[in-house]
Amino acid sequence: MIEISNVIKKYYVGMPNELTVLKDICLSIPEGQFVSVVGASGSGKSTLMNIIGALDRPTSGTYVLDGVPLQEMTENQLSEIRNKKIGFVFQTFNLIPRTTALNNVELPLFYMGAGKGERRKKAERLLELVGMGDRMTHMPNELSGGQKQRVAIARALANDPAIILADEPTGALDTQTGKLVMDIFLQINREERKTIVLITHNPELAEQTERIVTLSDGNIVSDHMNKKMEGARV
Amino acid sequence: MIWENVLLAIASLRANKMRALLTMLGIIIGITSVIAIVTIGNAMTASVNNNLSSFGTNNITVFIREKSQNNFNIAGGIPFLGGVARPAGGAGGGGRQPVVRGSGNTSRPEDSDLISDEMINQLKAEFPNNVAGVALTNSVGSATVKDGEKYANISASGTNPDYLLSNNMNILEGRYLNQSDMDNYRNVAVVSDKLVNSIFPSGTDPISQQIKVYKTNTIEIYTIVGVYKYEASSAQVSTVSEEDATTNLYIPITTSKLGATQKNYSQITVVAKGDSSSVVSFTTQMQAYFDDVYRTNTVWGARVNSLETQLNSIMDVLNSIKLAIAFIAGISLLVGGIGVMNIMLVSVTERTREIGTRKALGAKNFHIQFQFITEAAIISGIGGIIGIILGTTVGAIVSVVLKAPVTVSILVTLGSVLFSMGIGVFFGYYPANKAAKLDPIEALRYE
Repeated sequence: MIEISNVIKKYYVGMPNELTVLKDICLSIPEGQFVSVVGASGSGKSTLMNIIGALDRPTSGTYVLDGVPLQEMTENQLSEIRNKKIGFVFQTFNLIPRTTALNNVELPLFYMGAGKGERRKKAERLLELVGMGDRMTHMPNELSGGQKQRVAIARALANDPAIILADEPTGALDTQTGKLVMDIFLQINREERKTIVLITHNPELAEQTERIVTLSDGNIVSDHMNKKMEGARV
Repeated sequence: MIWENVLLAIASLRANKMRALLTMLGIIIGITSVIAIVTIGNAMTASVNNNLSSFGTNNITVFIREKSQNNFNIAGGIPFLGGVARPAGGAGGGGRQPVVRGSGNTSRPEDSDLISDEMINQLKAEFPNNVAGVALTNSVGSATVKDGEKYANISASGTNPDYLLSNNMNILEGRYLNQSDMDNYRNVAVVSDKLVNSIFPSGTDPISQQIKVYKTNTIEIYTIVGVYKYEASSAQVSTVSEEDATTNLYIPITTSKLGATQKNYSQITVVAKGDSSSVVSFTTQMQAYFDDVYRTNTVWGARVNSLETQLNSIMDVLNSIKLAIAFIAGISLLVGGIGVMNIMLVSVTERTREIGTRKALGAKNFHIQFQFITEAAIISGIGGIIGIILGTTVGAIVSVVLKAPVTVSILVTLGSVLFSMGIGVFFGYYPANKAAKLDPIEALRYE
């Protein structure tokens, strides 16, 4: 459950070039919802994602994640929140280079302090889930874009987080592979009951999600349920 | 957790083998030079110690010199240093005229200023429980023993029976010179087994054989009464072949001084009884005794030196030289450490995105910091181990070349590994800290 109330994010506070990127955002996302956030470049999408992802703190307003307010937390506490509650999927995959798919997936578990056996078992299961069971020991540079992104999704799921935060996950992939990755997200949402926040500027992708939030110039200009998908969910 | 970090660091270093190796090189060179220098230094001190000890630590030298030189301690060591490069058994040969050499003055003591037989007897009477004997030597000079085609180079010295006490000469056959040889001015000699092998056909009993000693313009004939075992000194860096090496030939000191104007001695060697601490205290007593004897002499005095005290001051000097060179070598280690820091900084910049990703995945600051410090410590640690192997090898080779015993100090070796890893941690700390403090958003956006 994500509850964002009156969040304002300013850069260069108190300076002549002060910049307000998010203007009084209120957004509530219930558990298990697949939401897409759309908007043009510079609309504040990325900043919103950073705040939802606990990478950044709002200048004012509150962000409560699963009943825990995050705005006052220290850097290390935020690290812990990211580790346990949030799974990141990036446009550029961001797999750790020269590290096997398996070890990449194990990484969040490693930072949580899980034992070796547990990490290995879980990582193997997740790689099977995303269809990468036969490439576990491959290095990132031995994988195609789609394969990398699937490993990244498995990694995002490693600590069983409440939210998967995907920032343009198909942006660097061709249409065919993009569709495959999107299908995995839909599958995860359906089968693992994960809340997914998808940030994209591709309307076609957004059309496949339950709810579409449109940002423009730091404001939410539209927030509606996707009629087409509501039927599909039930 | 720690082990996995180590594996992670090794994996990341293997990805950049060449760079890791070049970085290690700095540490390798630093540690190699420190270890090599310490090993060589230890070998040399051990070698000097061995050589000096072979002259007998119970020997106390008394020599005459000008009183104005009394407080110049290092000069007092010259008679010993002069003897170092000689074959064992030639202790007295090198320091025959230390007074003149040490003082840098052309004036020579009169015979009455020197130590007489009477003074020696008085000394024996004064310290009956301390004096085991008084060794006397008089260098006659180099000569050649010839018999037809066969020859052997010798250095002849006149000695008294007590001379045998003052060095660890090993008599193989016959006897050493005795009081009767002295009293009768006999032309008898104690020679080395090497000389015997050079001059006589194998199987000949050398005892009672006569040898001809060719000097610049005289030929002297001596009868062999004893043969000692020749031992090449390890400290001797000889330019001549082993075959041509000069060995000592000992004749009665009375015979050697026949016709000489100076009957007394500028230097005597008192062989003391007891252990090293009693030798040191006896040295002090004897100095006081001789100061009293020479009380009335305005120009000349006696200086009493034991090898024990000499050895200590020589070791002190050698140790400070060793330390100074090791310190200079340590500077290269410092440069190596800066190299590690430089590469770690490059690595942090290069992997900014990776650091951002790790932070997004929940890495805390200390995780990142620990990762980079581990990498730096591993580079330095591996470099240190290679350096130890190389340094010990170099040290061992040089020690063997110098014919010194190879001594590997476990303490220095362990210390070097820890020190090099410490350098890694120290110089890795700043880059690691920089990495840990990166803003995850900035780091993720880094191109």
